[in-house]
Amino acid sequence: MKKSLKNHGLRGLGIFLALGYMFPLYIVLVNSFKKPKGIFINTLSFPGEYGTFENYVIAFKKMSYMRSFMNSLGITFFSVVFILLLGLMAAWMLVRTKNKTSTVIFYVFVTAMLIPFQSVMLPLVNTMGRIGFLNPPGLIFMNVGFSISLAIIFFHGFIKNVPVALEEAAVMEGASPPRILFLIISPLLKPIIMTVAILNIMRIWNDYLLPVLIINKKEWRTIPLMVAAFFGEYSKAWNLALAGLVLTIIPVVLFYIFSQKSIVKGLIQGAVK
Amino acid sequence: MQYSKRWFWLFVAPALMTFSLVVIVPLMHGFYFSFTDWDGINNQPAVVGFQNYLEAFTQGGSFLRAFSFTSIFALSTVLTVNLVAFGLALIVTQPFRGATTLRSLFFLPNLIGGLILGFVWLFVFNKVFPTLGEMFHLPFLNGWLSTPITGFFGLVIIFTWKLSGYMMIIYVAGIQTIPPSLLEAADIDGVSWWQKIRHITFPMVAPAFTVGMFLALSGAFKLYDENFALTNGGPFESTQMMAMDVYNTAFEYLHFGAAQAKAILFLLIVASLSLIQMSINKKREVEM
Repeated sequence: MKKSLKNHGLRGLGIFLALGYMFPLYIVLVNSFKKPKGIFINTLSFPGEYGTFENYVIAFKKMSYMRSFMNSLGITFFSVVFILLLGLMAAWMLVRTKNKTSTVIFYVFVTAMLIPFQSVMLPLVNTMGRIGFLNPPGLIFMNVGFSISLAIIFFHGFIKNVPVALEEAAVMEGASPPRILFLIISPLLKPIIMTVAILNIMRIWNDYLLPVLIINKKEWRTIPLMVAAFFGEYSKAWNLALAGLVLTIIPVVLFYIFSQKSIVKGLIQGAVK
Repeated sequence: MQYSKRWFWLFVAPALMTFSLVVIVPLMHGFYFSFTDWDGINNQPAVVGFQNYLEAFTQGGSFLRAFSFTSIFALSTVLTVNLVAFGLALIVTQPFRGATTLRSLFFLPNLIGGLILGFVWLFVFNKVFPTLGEMFHLPFLNGWLSTPITGFFGLVIIFTWKLSGYMMIIYVAGIQTIPPSLLEAADIDGVSWWQKIRHITFPMVAPAFTVGMFLALSGAFKLYDENFALTNGGPFESTQMMAMDVYNTAFEYLHFGAAQAKAILFLLIVASLSLIQMSINKKREVEM
């Protein structure tokens, strides 16, 4: 009896806290459907007579939403593909090759985990500007450079535990290294590949500081860049700004709903390493 | 199992080259530039020795201010994030209906980009807080983010809100490793709820505390997006954190050499935090 009472109490507290956690998102959603006057009069009420869908129509157009969405999608997709590809190739060879060079290279990648982005951003942007790399391909290249060491460390840890017997048999039958890596080894690494992919999708999709330094053309803007610019322009027009925010949050929430388990697992694994 | 040298380099070189060009070369460049009067344009700047470093440490300079603000922020949020996260973890590991849904909701803010979260809270502090203050006659809810202290608390709130759901999952994993038999035995012995937490749960999730502490610390030191979106360092640079100080010294004041010296100092601080964490983890592994 006592136990179930405590349980109910904790459940109530949990629900109360969850409502509090969701309050900022809820209040943004509600107010995004109001005319400016509705926001001015009372931010807590329902839209009621001040209700409108217009904010979304205007925000969608003014933000060039589809364009920045596609930019974000393309940059994230190609960055992640290259991170996985180059990471798998390097990690596998570094595990299978047992000599000094291989060990040194691996430790260079491990040590690099200590370097925060801000400590290299100024010279990096300077150099990339000089060689004409301040564009989406350049951004993809830099995303790969910054994420590759963590990917290699993760893959390295997993490949170490893959028995070499399979590979030896394949070599006997004359399979080339690319075939061995992509047809025999990679399928065994599915869980860790998922983890690395999710970790990087979330990081690159939400990244602001690197893109803002690299992307200088309006038509190349990713979603965070577009939101920042949109906010700057409409800082007094909360109705439009809020609709813009909701539009940018929706894809993340949908992604979360459809792949919740792998997201939580992937992000947590990234932390514990 | 060993492959030929040619295959080795063919597989390792692409990753190594990309990484070197993006991280190693700029780091060496940056180290050199930090001793010059680099303006971001002329790449043959004059060497000025330690001047940039000395300037960073002058009294009343923006670096020391940003450093102390960031340190206080980091220490505060280590406490708030981990306390809230541990509390949430205790709640969502109770066997009631809907516990998993609550878990997903607490985790959600963590997935949304820091910049967007910053704008969400900007609306809450600037527009919703005054409404609430009027409704409940709480005058302190007015004028948030317009003073250094409310700016500080605003940042603490948003960072705690974002990170605690994430840390919660780490603590949940720790709590779930506690054998149920241990808790049942404690129940039979009539041990109170708090005693169970104090003597069973706490020691069992201790490793997770180290993870949580350093995640919050390094996250706080590297914070930029939320800082930019919420206060943009204002009022009068009073809430400007280290990453933003580096950025603004370069792009607002165009002192790239001085900014790069700060960036190197920033690297030393963040790297030593990570090294301390690694050594603690190592020690614990040995003990276990």
